[in-house]
Amino acid sequence: MPVPTATPSGVIVIAGRPVSAAHRPTELKVPVPHTATAPEAASNRALRAFLHGLPGVDEVGARARAQDLATRSVKTTAKAQAIDLALSMVDLTTLEGADTPGKVRALCAKAALPDPADRSVPRVGAVCVYSDLVATAVEALRGTGIGVASVATAFPAGRAPLEAKLADTRRAVADGAAEIDMVIDRGAFLAGDYKKVHDEITAVREACGGAHLKVILETGELATYDNVRRASHLAILAGADFIKTSTGKVSPAATPPVVLVMLQAVRDHHAATGARVGVKPAGGIRTTKDAIRQLVLVNEVAGPAWLTPDLFRIGASSLLNDLLMQRTRLTTGTYPGPDYYTLD
Amino acid sequence: MADGHKPKNKGSGAAKTAKTAKTAKDPESAVTGKAGQGRPAPRLTVRKTYKLYLGGAFPRSESGRCSPVTSSDGAHLANVSLASRKDARDAVAAARKAFGGWSARTAYNRGQILYRIAEVLEGRREQFAAALTDALGLSRADAAATVGAAVDRWVYYAGWTDKFTQVLGGANPVAGPFHNQSTPEPVGVVAVFAPQGAPLLGLTSVLAPVIATGNTAVVVSSERAPLPSIDLAEVLATSDLPGGVVNVLTGRSAEIGPHLAAHADVDALDLTGAGEAAVELEEAAATTLTRVLRPGPGSDGGEEAWRGTDPGTSRMRPFLETKTVWHPVGV
Repeated sequence: MPVPTATPSGVIVIAGRPVSAAHRPTELKVPVPHTATAPEAASNRALRAFLHGLPGVDEVGARARAQDLATRSVKTTAKAQAIDLALSMVDLTTLEGADTPGKVRALCAKAALPDPADRSVPRVGAVCVYSDLVATAVEALRGTGIGVASVATAFPAGRAPLEAKLADTRRAVADGAAEIDMVIDRGAFLAGDYKKVHDEITAVREACGGAHLKVILETGELATYDNVRRASHLAILAGADFIKTSTGKVSPAATPPVVLVMLQAVRDHHAATGARVGVKPAGGIRTTKDAIRQLVLVNEVAGPAWLTPDLFRIGASSLLNDLLMQRTRLTTGTYPGPDYYTLD
Repeated sequence: MADGHKPKNKGSGAAKTAKTAKTAKDPESAVTGKAGQGRPAPRLTVRKTYKLYLGGAFPRSESGRCSPVTSSDGAHLANVSLASRKDARDAVAAARKAFGGWSARTAYNRGQILYRIAEVLEGRREQFAAALTDALGLSRADAAATVGAAVDRWVYYAGWTDKFTQVLGGANPVAGPFHNQSTPEPVGVVAVFAPQGAPLLGLTSVLAPVIATGNTAVVVSSERAPLPSIDLAEVLATSDLPGGVVNVLTGRSAEIGPHLAAHADVDALDLTGAGEAAVELEEAAATTLTRVLRPGPGSDGGEEAWRGTDPGTSRMRPFLETKTVWHPVGV
């Protein structure tokens, strides 16, 4: 895929075409900065030129590829390894209006020791809660080494003034959140106001300080795979550490073709700059089979380097129990029942 | 049945069928297009593919396997699907999913549905009698009597649905200012090993009491004569019985049995048709505290062994859990 690159002469080339002088950042001098992916001066025109210069997604091809990869058979020892890897990648999530401190503490206990009957089960990647419950979660997870991720920026709609979003973010970080899951302004994105989306991400990035930033694209609302590709590159350009599919409140959420397109975006970004951005599918991944299919996608599209909790996470709540049940099935040889695992 | 010749008259489906049949019988005449006039084309045999009954649908086995079934005198009858452990797992999942809705129905409504099964079965008496004659070599009179008894048994348990609670539960006298009452509740998913020698009346006699009380069932049908169980499944599927309440697996019970017995989401086992393996299955069931009904006398008999009189609550009670409620009363 042609990605924007900086030639030694300092001319930015996008999709094989030199960007006209008007869009070229005049202050750019040699040597080539390693993050030079796109117009540094983020004007709406420059962003539009970059994002609309990206090649279109072959929709049928993406679907067929995802479907083809979903038929991979992962069994026995490979399956055991995949289950443990998936367990370590789970962002155990509770994002309900009815969340209580008690429920968050219960979830944290489960994150630290997913299966009390089997201590060899790996811990989950993180616990994901609303920003006002971060303090509770941090307290409950003290000493376990598990980070707290917090959704912020007026999750899930993202319809709030920037000041409110930033205040939300700062509060979560101050309470000890190690990761911030922000939502993009889908309205602005669909209206073509890429600069607004870009600047919001940059502002939240700044408010995050040392915390990792995951940018939720809410692909279910973006309508086309082309938009998913554009939003992915826009988020990466604005400084996302992770791009995340969905809030989990909109259906369809993390469908395999969407994840495929996002994985292509991070792969291409890595090819162009050497920097690796993570991907987090969230929403609708409920079974071990779904999770393993995601891992196959990661391995085949982005590459094995992404098969680590640092670069791939799965946002889920009910998935964990299914992973545990499949793990028990593999270790004991008998089918487990849901009655033996905690609810939620 | 591939015929190499496209019918010339594409507009007419009937013409196509006639031509296909003719081609099958005598390709030469079809090529010349002359012979066969005035002779009625013989009907092709419509062979039935027996499949599993899972969650209200009739899927093939996940494994894709099937095996031939022969009549009592060794003639080939049909092929049935050979269920694998994964089919058993899917059946348990379907039964679990159906349990909430089925057990929450009113006893009266369950009775209506069981009676409906009897009605539909009554309408298919001939078919079932013929199936029993094929499978077991019963005489026509014997087969007809067996089907009649099976219909009666469905009616019998349809009557029990709203009565077993009074018989098995009730108000308990206690020494204190409490109102105390016990009520029997269904245990959940019951794995039923159908009797080997009695594929219709025997199957009905073990299955009907399980679902009459609100349980859902995974049936491992008779290995020797599996066809009537799938025929019965077709009756169940057209009798307003919600999908998943009864799931029928045909295949080797030695292969599926251990997985069902050790399955933590199976709440009870009826080992009537398990034969030699019953002890082993009971041991496996113990690891997850699964209730077990051991095979009784006559379990390995033929249909006539099940024709006896009133079975009472003996086959319902093992799959019920008694809930007792203490309620304070004012003095």
